[in-house]
Amino acid sequence: MPHTKYEQLQANDPEIRRTKILEALETKDLSVEFTDPLENEMVLNMGPQHPATHGVLRILISLDGETVMKAVPEVGYLHRGYEKLAEAMTYHEFIPHTDRLDYLQPIHNNVAYAMAVEKLLHLEITERGKYIRTICSELGRIQSHLISFGTYVMDIGALTPFLWAMREREKILDIYDLITGVRFTTSYTRIGGVAQDITDEAISGIKKFLDEFPKYLKEMRDIVERNKIFIVRTEGIGYLSKEELINLGITGPLLRAAGVERDLRKEEPYLLYDKLDFNIPVYPESDCLSRYYIRVEEMIESAKIIRQCLEKIPEGPYNTLNPKKVLPKKERVYSKMEELIHDFMLINFGVNPPKGESYFAVESSKGELGFYIKSDGSGHPFRLKIRSPSFSNIQSLSYIMKNCMISDTVVIIGSIDPVMGEADK
Amino acid sequence: MTGERLELIKQKLSSFSVEYQDVNGTACIVTTTDKILEICTLLKDDTELGYDMLLDEVGMDNFTKSARFEVICNLYSTIFKDRLFLKVIIPDPKNPVTPSLAHIWKSADWYEREVYDMFGIIYENHPDLRRVYMPDEFEYFPLRKDFPTMGIPGSISLPNK
Repeated sequence: MPHTKYEQLQANDPEIRRTKILEALETKDLSVEFTDPLENEMVLNMGPQHPATHGVLRILISLDGETVMKAVPEVGYLHRGYEKLAEAMTYHEFIPHTDRLDYLQPIHNNVAYAMAVEKLLHLEITERGKYIRTICSELGRIQSHLISFGTYVMDIGALTPFLWAMREREKILDIYDLITGVRFTTSYTRIGGVAQDITDEAISGIKKFLDEFPKYLKEMRDIVERNKIFIVRTEGIGYLSKEELINLGITGPLLRAAGVERDLRKEEPYLLYDKLDFNIPVYPESDCLSRYYIRVEEMIESAKIIRQCLEKIPEGPYNTLNPKKVLPKKERVYSKMEELIHDFMLINFGVNPPKGESYFAVESSKGELGFYIKSDGSGHPFRLKIRSPSFSNIQSLSYIMKNCMISDTVVIIGSIDPVMGEADK
Repeated sequence: MTGERLELIKQKLSSFSVEYQDVNGTACIVTTTDKILEICTLLKDDTELGYDMLLDEVGMDNFTKSARFEVICNLYSTIFKDRLFLKVIIPDPKNPVTPSLAHIWKSADWYEREVYDMFGIIYENHPDLRRVYMPDEFEYFPLRKDFPTMGIPGSISLPNK
């Protein structure tokens, strides 16, 4: 009997061979033999608990020897249903949930969401509020890129820059503590402004950080960029053509590393970005090394932006004067009748934007982070869609990983820098 | 979007039955599923329009008797640096079917899987129409308005041990 099965395995049709092998595996039939073990592709399951996947990303990789023939990313292991939850809560209540989207730069998500709601409300924020938000979002970008930088080089094998990057990030978290009162999940913005004013202590803290940051960044770069192992493992790896990336809807550093100068801060300027002087780093190579350079240079540009903002930041109110839409100060709620009424109405019934739809997007550190909101006139969003950059970027993995070596897969994931909280929503 | 560009789009799409809307400052084309593939091919391949990026597909459940479901495509032109929405109204609420755009923009692959997962909108000729977030054996479509926010007890089987 084993003889006939052996013959069936010899069949030329790979589909028949495959079903026979699966049959044999299911019945635990040990009599089946492979003619040529090297002929068969191996399927490797990477994740969702793999340290190099930066969260709970799962990739099924089909291997021929050490070459990846096909890679299929699977997401959804961190799906919390935020779009459904948003429909059952007021616009203010959703702000803490935006922290948990891209948890490497919570403050940037807060800014993006608050601005999306303000666009729906046609609410203009104050000049000081804009400065505070710009500073916060650029600090968020540095924070996110530092993590990306550290984990990326750690995946390649360098542990020291990771520790240094985490040390710098720790300083940013301390600054968040001064600005928002919280180190990590900041929930800082409110509709129409921010939760509290930025203090002089926080400003001097940011200044101190900015003075030291270029020196430490140079230290980190020196140890990485002159390392031959790093360059050999990243240069020319993970190439995908510009046209392909555009077709795949990729945004952010990945697209800029392919020579497309697309940055929403320049193209659809929001906050103060049309008044500030900064460059958009663009590299034409579209490989893992150029993605690294884009992130590092963006950190320098962000530091430049924050410095300009700190020089020009005006005095004045940080919240818009619109009591029907903007939450009053807490101490006034406790002592003044008018504010108590407004607070009660805002908390219980919400801001009630006019009927209609609105889309607003910012350039986050991963790409275009947008919120599509449909309002039916009530205090809850009728529909809130999060356009998360990581979700789109992960889609490109199967195209980038094709025909690369298995050792390069972790490098490619690191160069894409996905955050699963955002991809899974 | 400038008025000139909107005029250009109107001129190019004059042979199709479409309507125009304004989504808080961005132009939006409203159409049904009939000619959607032709319209999308034109929007992408025409050198003067050049909407080469599909950034997102937003599913929407209006919970009305007719035209319950719609899908909003978020298009972007990297050449002209211009954004455009394309709203596709799906006529049959009982059996929501629309042609897949995955053969025009590759990015539509996952976006359509997400819309299918959340709203149960079936995409014809989709290369790989599976659920993207929810488990494969899940029977409901969570973002439909008739799905309760608290979930349906017992709809997801827990591990035995």
